[in-house]
Amino acid sequence: MATVAAPRARRAEARASRGLWRDAFNRLMRNGPALVGLFFITVFFAAAIFAPFIAPYDPIAGSLADRLQLPSAAHIMGTDLQGRDEFSRILYGARVSLFVAVGSVIMALIMGGIAGATAGAVGGKVDNVVMRIVDVMLAIPGILLAIGIVAWLGQGLPQIMIAVAATNAPIFARILRGSLLANREVDYVSAARSLGASRSRMLFRHMLPNSLTALIVAATLALATAIIDVAGLGFLGLGPADPRTPEWGTMLTDATRFIRQAPYLIFFPGLAIVVAAIGFNLLGDGLRESLDPRMKR
Amino acid sequence: MTDDGTQTAAPAAGTAIGAVPVGLAPNGQVREPLLEVSGLKKHFPILGGILRHRVGTVFAVDGVDLTIARGETFSLVGESGCGKTTLGRSLLRLTPPTAGRIVFEGVDVSAMKTADLKPLRQKMQIIFQDPFGSLNPRMPVSDLIGEGLIAQANKENGWKDRKVRDQRVGDTLEAVGLRREYTRRYPHEFSGGQRQRIGIARALALNPDFIVCDEPVSALDVSIRSQILNLLVDLRHEFGLTYLFISHDLSVVEYISDRVAVMYLGKLVEEAKVEDLYSAPKHPYTIALLSAVPQPDPRVKSQRLVLKGDVPSPAAPPSGCRFHTRCWLREQLGNPARCVAEEPQLRALEPASHRVACHFADEVSARTVTSAAEEQARTGAAIAAG
Repeated sequence: MATVAAPRARRAEARASRGLWRDAFNRLMRNGPALVGLFFITVFFAAAIFAPFIAPYDPIAGSLADRLQLPSAAHIMGTDLQGRDEFSRILYGARVSLFVAVGSVIMALIMGGIAGATAGAVGGKVDNVVMRIVDVMLAIPGILLAIGIVAWLGQGLPQIMIAVAATNAPIFARILRGSLLANREVDYVSAARSLGASRSRMLFRHMLPNSLTALIVAATLALATAIIDVAGLGFLGLGPADPRTPEWGTMLTDATRFIRQAPYLIFFPGLAIVVAAIGFNLLGDGLRESLDPRMKR
Repeated sequence: MTDDGTQTAAPAAGTAIGAVPVGLAPNGQVREPLLEVSGLKKHFPILGGILRHRVGTVFAVDGVDLTIARGETFSLVGESGCGKTTLGRSLLRLTPPTAGRIVFEGVDVSAMKTADLKPLRQKMQIIFQDPFGSLNPRMPVSDLIGEGLIAQANKENGWKDRKVRDQRVGDTLEAVGLRREYTRRYPHEFSGGQRQRIGIARALALNPDFIVCDEPVSALDVSIRSQILNLLVDLRHEFGLTYLFISHDLSVVEYISDRVAVMYLGKLVEEAKVEDLYSAPKHPYTIALLSAVPQPDPRVKSQRLVLKGDVPSPAAPPSGCRFHTRCWLREQLGNPARCVAEEPQLRALEPASHRVACHFADEVSARTVTSAAEEQARTGAAIAAG
């Protein structure tokens, strides 16, 4: 019997072995909601990148003759107070929102990652000091912290980016430190120690790779809140320095004044914010499910 | 091929890597000591409050003396939480011991700086209980087993060279009954038994003298268990290994050990050759443990001694003899005050290799055991009736 089974077994071994990342990707591609999220995000990124080609009108210059028009064939989302095409402004607005959101999350990943990795890897007093600073930052509500930072640094896209990053960085630091600490006690790290592996090898080959998944998921979900935070700052009048810049949150604020005359001006930027945020949330949840090796069946 | 997808038989000696033939004394005579431990303590602080100050201490290992001879299998048994795993990890300096001396091959390990331990790590290895948690899921088998080779590479062994390393990884895989072709696979592509073999291969790759087997079969299916146990026995003979075998499974321990120590709340209560311990246990705790082992023969009427209550907290161990709160012998003897007041030391009985930490070990006889079991049966029946 063994001889009959052998060739088949050999063939099975011949196939390329799949790593965990590859497996995770395959699982993600079979996750319906995640694909929906990925679709939304792709649409927004496409809109952002190809805005100059898709947009039928200039997002900044309008003609006052066309102000506050209802959605029509010429202006599928209508026009605003200055007669600017709402659809074009939403498309260009995706540039601002996504750019600031992605930029701020990357910035937060760098800041939080360094802080969390230092705290988790060094431990002791360093850990204590870093984590107490993180606690203080986490104690302040995110949007309040962001408002404070923009008020301090002044208006402008880089300032908004820093402000939103500051709300996310402590969360990332905490997550990374937590999973590093949890990983320090895992048997495979003990095994590496008993083999005589160096500290840096244990950190970079064992602890960090196994701590990253939590951070990847958190970062994707943070993109959703970043979009909302950016819009929130815009809504509160702390948007881009140039008030003409198409930004979803600022567009919402402008529209509130004409809510009776042109309610659709509230609807479209609001919808854009919601759909983009939902897209990142769905993708984040899907990533969480597919990146967890224990979900493997 | 077995269901496990592994080769059943251990490979022929021809594939052996650095095999060391050892003349094992069949009667388990005391040979040259490989590891000598004296007064080993490992205490963990309990931190509390906002400032994380010490509010208590867990006495996980609290003064253990033992000697393990080269080539023998020394087993450590005890309930969960008695400190056997902590003891095993302290021996390997995976956790720094609080106090005590660990002398390995004549070198005092306990006093060494962490940086100086590296050459020693090659000689002392560990096999873990959980075949899932002990292998990094993001590493292929070649890296898992090769990790130690990279860490311990030097001019002499040439392990820096990928070719040499791959060859050795393949040899080690075959030594534990897996195929060489498995090197590019990841842990999640293996069954529990196969993973445990990978864990064993990782320890074996460095050609160690001493391996701590921390419950290596507890997490495995019963059908796989005997395969892994037999593999461990075969490897021991083939490579001249010495095992510290940690387990709570008394039948497994009886099968694999030369000598056995019983641990209770951070201390050894009894230590003897395996045949002495199983045929004539002296400590009331050991007797109770052994009475709980299921008898394969239904005609043999076993006298079960059920220990009352739970193991006391290792953060607040009882005074005197740590076992006195649950001791049936003490009840039989009318609760002597000595058990509470004075801590019994390990003392040699007949034969001298049989050591026990009980003031009244000499009072243990078939009569006391029977009457204790009968009394338990009576009160148990009374409770059931009432």
